[in-house]
Amino acid sequence: MTSFAPETALIKMTPNGLYCPQGRFYIDPVRGPVERAVITHGHADHARNVAETYFTTFGSSPILQKRLSNDISLHTVSYSEPFTLGETTVSLHPAGHILGSAQVRVEHQGEVWVVTGDFKRDHDPTCQPFEVVPCDTLISEATFALPIYRWPPAGQVARDILAWWDENIELHQVSVLFCYALGKAQRVLAELKKLTDRKVLLHGAILPIVDIYREAGIPMVPTEKIDLQHKRDYAGEMILAPPSALGSPWMRRFKGAQTGFCSGWMRVRGNRRRRGYDRGFVLSDHADWPSLLQTFDDSQASRIQLHHGYSDILVRYLEELGVDAISLGSPFADLETV
Amino acid sequence: MKRFANLYRALDQTTSTNIKLAALRSYFESVPPADAGWALYFLSGRRFKRMVGPANLRQWMIEASNLPAWLVEETYASVGDLAETAALLTGTQAPTSINHSLSEWMEKEMLVLGMEPPDQQRLRILRWWQHLDYDTCYLVNKLLTGSLRVGVSHLLVARALADSANLPRPVILHRLMGHWEPTPQFYNQLIAPDDGSTDHSRPYPFCLASPLEQQNTPQELKTQLGDPREWLVEWKWDGIRAQLLRRPGACYIWTRGEELVTDRYPEVRDAAYGLPDGTVLDGEILAWSEETGVMPFTILQRRLGRKTIGKKLLQDIPICFMAYDLIEHEGQDMRQHTTTERRALLDRLLKQAGPVLKMSPLLSVTSWEEAAQRQMESRGRLVEGLMLKHRNALYEVGRRRGHWWKWKITPHTLDTVMMYAQPGHGRRANLYTDYTFGVWQNQELVPIAKAYSGLTNEEIYELDTWIRQHTIKRFGPVRSVKPEQVFELAFEAINRSSRHKSGVAVRFPRIARWRRDLDPKDADSLADVHSLPGTGTA
Repeated sequence: MTSFAPETALIKMTPNGLYCPQGRFYIDPVRGPVERAVITHGHADHARNVAETYFTTFGSSPILQKRLSNDISLHTVSYSEPFTLGETTVSLHPAGHILGSAQVRVEHQGEVWVVTGDFKRDHDPTCQPFEVVPCDTLISEATFALPIYRWPPAGQVARDILAWWDENIELHQVSVLFCYALGKAQRVLAELKKLTDRKVLLHGAILPIVDIYREAGIPMVPTEKIDLQHKRDYAGEMILAPPSALGSPWMRRFKGAQTGFCSGWMRVRGNRRRRGYDRGFVLSDHADWPSLLQTFDDSQASRIQLHHGYSDILVRYLEELGVDAISLGSPFADLETV
Repeated sequence: MKRFANLYRALDQTTSTNIKLAALRSYFESVPPADAGWALYFLSGRRFKRMVGPANLRQWMIEASNLPAWLVEETYASVGDLAETAALLTGTQAPTSINHSLSEWMEKEMLVLGMEPPDQQRLRILRWWQHLDYDTCYLVNKLLTGSLRVGVSHLLVARALADSANLPRPVILHRLMGHWEPTPQFYNQLIAPDDGSTDHSRPYPFCLASPLEQQNTPQELKTQLGDPREWLVEWKWDGIRAQLLRRPGACYIWTRGEELVTDRYPEVRDAAYGLPDGTVLDGEILAWSEETGVMPFTILQRRLGRKTIGKKLLQDIPICFMAYDLIEHEGQDMRQHTTTERRALLDRLLKQAGPVLKMSPLLSVTSWEEAAQRQMESRGRLVEGLMLKHRNALYEVGRRRGHWWKWKITPHTLDTVMMYAQPGHGRRANLYTDYTFGVWQNQELVPIAKAYSGLTNEEIYELDTWIRQHTIKRFGPVRSVKPEQVFELAFEAINRSSRHKSGVAVRFPRIARWRRDLDPKDADSLADVHSLPGTGTA
């Protein structure tokens, strides 16, 4: 057994984010400047413009270039391809979260730590499925670590979305479906593709990411950017938009629109009502409660370290089961709101 | 039950009145009267007395979920709604295998449950949870906890029924007033063609006034309302709005909340027997002394909620019925007559009625300046302000703008400092929305009021973040926060109270505005509070 003391830990939480001293690199640093960053995926709270050099997967690289800059110094690797950082051997493995998303495996003198990054176990046509990576210590996200969070099959959710669209066509109204511009939007388009070939209109913020996914060969329904120059009647159309567009002047051109939101949070009615959406579709790119427990079991890790979301609750639950678990807190803790 | 669950979902998932209306109509037109009756019962906000204690329900939820009790409690705290938490933890994704219609559910399950001992209730509820899909489970749990609220107004439901039954909406509204049981017979009578007969205990839908801006100047009143001579002006009484029905062989007193309170006010009931058959009055129940006039609402409150009214209470707190409208006269519905006509008849009727039935006097006001002056007398007279009714106004159903106005006095205000915050319930769980405010006494804050309403959503979110970042201490769900934020509280009245640390109780406190411009040391002190008018009474 290796010591659990933070000074010998392979990866620890610092104000800048997760840090590996033996390899002298950060994982998804939130503040900087730092020298080297291994990036699990392209979401804004994970890929920030704070490092001199970035390491990431082939799938993530166009997203990072789009979101950070074309000029960043970027080392791109394939899944499972080992590379050396400092005294450690690092490899990236599919996390099933979004296109290019990765878990980070770090090995040092025979000890293996894995950082899951954001991950899910559910099927997703837009990315490689989660790979079980055995390890000694597993650092996992705990965004949805409450037992009420159990996801319905995505195919069922897609059928619900299509049925809602049909209802709105009948009512002669426009459907505006809110979802994160990176990952969720493309997953919806890809799930819909299995059911229909109807065209979906896109908010300007979603369009470039859809292009990146098409480039990567992900089959999705036909899409078109909304043409804001010409006024027209949008009745019967389906529009995908980022959540920030709700309540913005952009929404004003869709009078009487029916609104929906795709997110794991939609499992709880109050979350939907509070944000004022008509419909909530429970579709998450994070692990639900059963998947979290399954993953800890699969990893064979003797220690579990958690960050984000309901870490403290899951730690207590694991401890009661006799699992060695701690909460790392989050570098964002002081900024987090519900 | 599936159909009712679908209706609930359709209503819950839209803010469009037209879509709600369509969903209601299609439900009423497609289900048997027995189901329609029960649906109507719940849609109109009626509910059962709670059949199962929340403590039992929580215990069984823990058992059914197979999780540690603390984890279920944490989960409940995050969801904020017991019925929903139980459904999320236990409801299955498989289709429901208990296939009852809504009325069968009520009669074969719910009502039976109400008569069972706890151990059998437990078995029954665990069986439901095992066999119900999420939507049905949620709804059943909401019925169980008596917390089902559906986002439709009474008027909208009545409109859907009126459309389906091809009847005028006032007829439906009138038939829905008062006591009724959700039977197929009731539903069939509800949608039967109008033959002019209505159950004779049934009150009329109340005509409601719209609020006038409190800070209105006489000039603004003139612009908005025109010539003051077209308006009848009276005091806005601070009591309990009620209808007094005198029907052949019986009297009924109904409150605006559709509660039958005849026996709580025996003096009013007895006086009403002196009225001719076929009379319905609209007015206010007030605590009244013949020497000093109206007494504060807090005194009247002591007679509320009492099942039996003892001699002493009758003596200490005499009641009068302050009538201001006549809805039925000689058995005729008077609602289509003008206010002037109705008042003239009412005046004649009450001439011989005795002291308990009074006529709300008209204030003679010839200009809006004069009206504003009279309005300023309100606090001293223990009334809430003025009522303005157009001389030609009919007795409308519900709140129709432009005919009846209430012009309330500006409330008291105090600048207070936020001391504690705790999360709300239901859709406000997870958000700090319930606040406690204090005023200064010797460099210390003393809690003075709790308030929940008055901020915009944006302000609530902002404040929520601030609270999380400025917590000093936690006591369970309650956080004490740094005394930095100042809020102006508005309230209607203030009374001395030995039960409160501050020595006063404020009535209907709410947040008037977030005073970011004020430093906490600029907030009011307890001495300021005690100097407010009204602290001498009760």
